[in-house]
Amino acid sequence: MIRVQSLNKTFRVAQRQAGLAEAVKALFSREYSTIQALKDVSFSIQEGEMVGYIGPNGAGKSTTIKIMCGILHPDSGTCEINGRIPWRDRKNHVATIGVVFGQRSQLWWDVPVIDSFKLLKDIYGVGEQVYRRNLDELVELLGISELLVKPTRSLSLGQRMRCELAASLLHQPRILFLDEPTIGLDAVSKIAVRQFMKKLNQERGTTVILTTHDMQDIEVLAERIILIGRGQILLDGSLSELKRRSTALKTITMEYRGDVPRLGPGMKLVDSREGRLVLELDPAMCSASEAISALAAQVEVLDLSISGVSAEEMVASLYQEYKI
Amino acid sequence: MGLYFKFFSMHLKSQMEYKTSFFFTIVGQFTVSFTSLLGVWFLFELFHEVEGFTFPQVLLCFATVLMSFSLAECFGRAFDQFPRMLANGEFDRVLVRPQGVIRQVLMAKIDFTRLGRLTQAVLVFGYALPRSGVLWTWDKVCTLVLMVVCGSLVFFCLFLIYAAISFFTLEGLEFMNILTDGGREFGRYPFSIYGEGILKFLTYVVPLALFQYYPLLYLVGREASLRYMLAPLGGLVFAVPAYALWRLGLRNYVSTGS
Repeated sequence: MIRVQSLNKTFRVAQRQAGLAEAVKALFSREYSTIQALKDVSFSIQEGEMVGYIGPNGAGKSTTIKIMCGILHPDSGTCEINGRIPWRDRKNHVATIGVVFGQRSQLWWDVPVIDSFKLLKDIYGVGEQVYRRNLDELVELLGISELLVKPTRSLSLGQRMRCELAASLLHQPRILFLDEPTIGLDAVSKIAVRQFMKKLNQERGTTVILTTHDMQDIEVLAERIILIGRGQILLDGSLSELKRRSTALKTITMEYRGDVPRLGPGMKLVDSREGRLVLELDPAMCSASEAISALAAQVEVLDLSISGVSAEEMVASLYQEYKI
Repeated sequence: MGLYFKFFSMHLKSQMEYKTSFFFTIVGQFTVSFTSLLGVWFLFELFHEVEGFTFPQVLLCFATVLMSFSLAECFGRAFDQFPRMLANGEFDRVLVRPQGVIRQVLMAKIDFTRLGRLTQAVLVFGYALPRSGVLWTWDKVCTLVLMVVCGSLVFFCLFLIYAAISFFTLEGLEFMNILTDGGREFGRYPFSIYGEGILKFLTYVVPLALFQYYPLLYLVGREASLRYMLAPLGGLVFAVPAYALWRLGLRNYVSTGS
């Protein structure tokens, strides 16, 4: 349903050196440099998928999202969503998508939330019955019934984000684009937002595409991740697949009494302090149980934990691997 | 239009959250244009006539320009703040909604405090209409309506051009204010007093004189030709380059930040 094929996009950025003299010079002639925001970007997404679109700042995430939303024209390449080209057929296209920009609000600051919703109903031309049904459902799922009568300015960030989500879904879009939806939220709100998105995806079958820097989001939500760096797609696959691929190392943290133990093959020392040891284990060379028994034979183990790589570490190592 | 009124009531609700500020701004707006009215009055204390126009006739001119401007501003105020819309990403939101772009930009900001100016224009009309020495036959009434309506549209186009240019510069351009605010201030007097060159510029390039000086000649009976009566309609041609520039800007749009 979403097909993106060799998108390219460059931006022209005015260059200016620091200093007053340079500022004056820039008034008359400016030097420009071009930045290639997207380089031959291709992927396709099926109906009902939930995709995490990740990459460091300035990698091209927002540019891709903006092209898919019909905000920007690419320099070359095609993008087809539900059979439409977003920037050619903007009005029809945007009627079928919902967009949440985590850092910007679409609710009216000074009027009650419900008034914003009613206005959105008219903007999208949603019929009365459909609106009622959607509103009831969303209010229930997001737990925002007491918030509806309050003006937006009096809501906390977490409450506002839940209202934003409802606002972007009133017209029942088939695709939902979320640009950093959990940014700045407290733990409880984050979990509520994630649960809601999961439910939305499973029950309504809404296709969800989200960009985020919060790897917990990815871990909980995305079955598939697309990694972009310096304008190019670097990886495209499922999270577990990527974990397996990136690194299989496990970390063992142990507190013990006795002398510093000797390490066998496949074990690498990361940190050693009095009575505490952190080491990396390569399961291909030495299984976890072998490692534990080898260590226990040498010292008295007081506490021990084994952890696999977190999404955070995995992505960090990917960024490193691709030097982005 | 229905949607516009819904936005209208939303803006009213929003602005009523800050009632005191709202009323003081209206009073302020009124006072500011009142001082320029005083300026005209003082001048006529000295001269009694400007280029053969009497005081009430000049006031007619004054009120036409003021009303055109404040109507255009009331509806097209958003264009004035358009650079900010571009900078803070609000314009992206406009593009992801299934409505016309200009329409949405207009609806994004409706400023009721401009009612101060509008009220002033109405009052000045009230004073000048019976005293201008014009016999208000149907054709003269039509002329006056044309002047105000077309005048609003010309000012509106100037606001649109201002917005279109900010697509390229991403910030406001003060020189445009010479044409908008300047047009309002200098338009207190018939444009002919500023000399041949300026009048030509305001006829063929930025058609402010088409809804002011020429139809005024018709109103006061100095010209009887229908050309002078219908001159304001010529100003509508200005919408073509204004809209073309807007389209060009829109095509050129590069969004900001993430």
